[in-house]
Amino acid sequence: MRGYIMVQQQNDSSHKLVQNKMLQVCSVRSIAMDTFEMILSHPSVKDVHPGQFLNLVIDGHMLPRPISIADVDIEKGTLTILFKVIGAGTRKLSYCPSGSLIEAFGPIGNGFTLDARPNAHILLIGGGIGVPPLYYLGKTLKAEGHTITSILGFQSKDYVFYEAEFSELGRTIVVTDDGSQGQKGYVTSVLDDIPAFDRYYSCGPTAMLRSVSDALAETEGYLSLEERMACGVGACMACIISSQDGRYKKICSDGPVFSAKEVIL
Amino acid sequence: MDRLAVELPGLHLKNPVMPASGCFGFGREYSQFYDLSILGGIMIKSATGSERIGNPTPRVAETPMGMLNAIGLQNPGVEEIIANELPFLANYDTEIIANVAGGTIDEYEAVARAFNETDVVSALELNISCPNVKEGGIQFGTDPFMAAKVTEIVKKASNKPVYVKLSPNVTDIVQMATAVEAAGADGLSMINTLTGMHINLETRRPLLANQIGGLSGPAIKPVAIKMIYEVSQHVAIPIIGMGGIMTADDVLEFLLAGASAVAVGTANFANPVVCPEIIVDLPNVLDRYHFTTVREAIGKGLPNGKHLLST
Repeated sequence: MRGYIMVQQQNDSSHKLVQNKMLQVCSVRSIAMDTFEMILSHPSVKDVHPGQFLNLVIDGHMLPRPISIADVDIEKGTLTILFKVIGAGTRKLSYCPSGSLIEAFGPIGNGFTLDARPNAHILLIGGGIGVPPLYYLGKTLKAEGHTITSILGFQSKDYVFYEAEFSELGRTIVVTDDGSQGQKGYVTSVLDDIPAFDRYYSCGPTAMLRSVSDALAETEGYLSLEERMACGVGACMACIISSQDGRYKKICSDGPVFSAKEVIL
Repeated sequence: MDRLAVELPGLHLKNPVMPASGCFGFGREYSQFYDLSILGGIMIKSATGSERIGNPTPRVAETPMGMLNAIGLQNPGVEEIIANELPFLANYDTEIIANVAGGTIDEYEAVARAFNETDVVSALELNISCPNVKEGGIQFGTDPFMAAKVTEIVKKASNKPVYVKLSPNVTDIVQMATAVEAAGADGLSMINTLTGMHINLETRRPLLANQIGGLSGPAIKPVAIKMIYEVSQHVAIPIIGMGGIMTADDVLEFLLAGASAVAVGTANFANPVVCPEIIVDLPNVLDRYHFTTVREAIGKGLPNGKHLLST
């Protein structure tokens, strides 16, 4: 059974709810156009697997917002999320002042498979707001002794974020659709420049994931997927993806990370 | 605690709170958060005769105070559910209500017959009101003659009490309720979702792949209260009320309108422990509004003498 930190499991039969669903906002800052970094603290931050996400409850909104965990600091008891304002809910989230409390539950999902061979060369390929979960993944893999190369794709220079952070993990190539920063083109345009690598991990828009998995069909790869969700725990069947065995997978609870060979994009 | 207990046909509910069908899967996911034995009962996800893969995505969209869904009855089929899901639910001390769905009368009958063979299921909820499938479901829920016919067939196919889940997408809900009561329904379950649509401004197309979906959440609570209030003055069978319940106060409002028990649906998505929270808070709400028991509150919002249910 998975350990939820924001909602603790009840093991007693006394029907007493033992839980603390509130995260405190430590800081919020704008890191790119419409893009925010928020650091949240909770008394029991531990055991977050790279690629897992939080379901954040936003006042006045029915459905929680699933947002990837971009970084974890166990000593400080903090989680970092990076999100893009795309509607009223995420706009409201961006206005949460430091010190305010946000209701959430998680971490949810299975995250990235980390079993690469020792000292592997790992390629991270992120597109737009798909970049965040790759940061904590990259940090974790680097700490395990792997070599990291990152390709980060954005619309234009206004949307670029975390280039410096990824550069600390290893070689980082930024591409933009219009060439206003880094190389012009898509993440797949620079694949030929990368020396041999053992596996790749990718997160971003579905069209990008499709191009990436097509271009790297011969390489072991893992994709983190996104879909409109409701429950976030596998009960409501909203966020499904077709799998190679002719059935459906639930993105929230079977994923959000899948082997590139497992799903049909 | 006994003050929360309610007795309904086939159901000894230790409290009146159950997760609503389609919002709780078959319980496994939420069993990670709490002991399912806390619940009065569980209304499990719809079963059809054979596997249904459901609709394409997007299947959900948020709306003001609610959401639209068009899952499309995705389920592994009744035999798989009996083989793989019910044994897990049998571990818990709570009433299991199986939701019976189908595209044809024959399919409804086959699903009801299959559930009749299992002791884990205490009662059936007859889904004649799913707005998200091309065939079946909704047309049985909008035509009183068809609704009565499918109720009759399912009653014959099974010894379990049958709660017919009514659609609010009708002109006269009382006519639907009295038709299924006359056909032998043991209880009603109301309301299912209201049909709705959301159009994406950028694409200029409906956001849901199915175009239309079922609206749920607090947005529909006043509709549910009004329909239960009307129906409970015209039928003598109990009503399981649902539609936007988020709090123990909401539960009391449904009881006052004439419901004998309630189901909580959409609220589970934002707060996976909402059902236990409501159950823990319900005694406080009873105290605050001067009721000793849940039973005492049932129908107390209706005009004097108008509640037909004998309790």
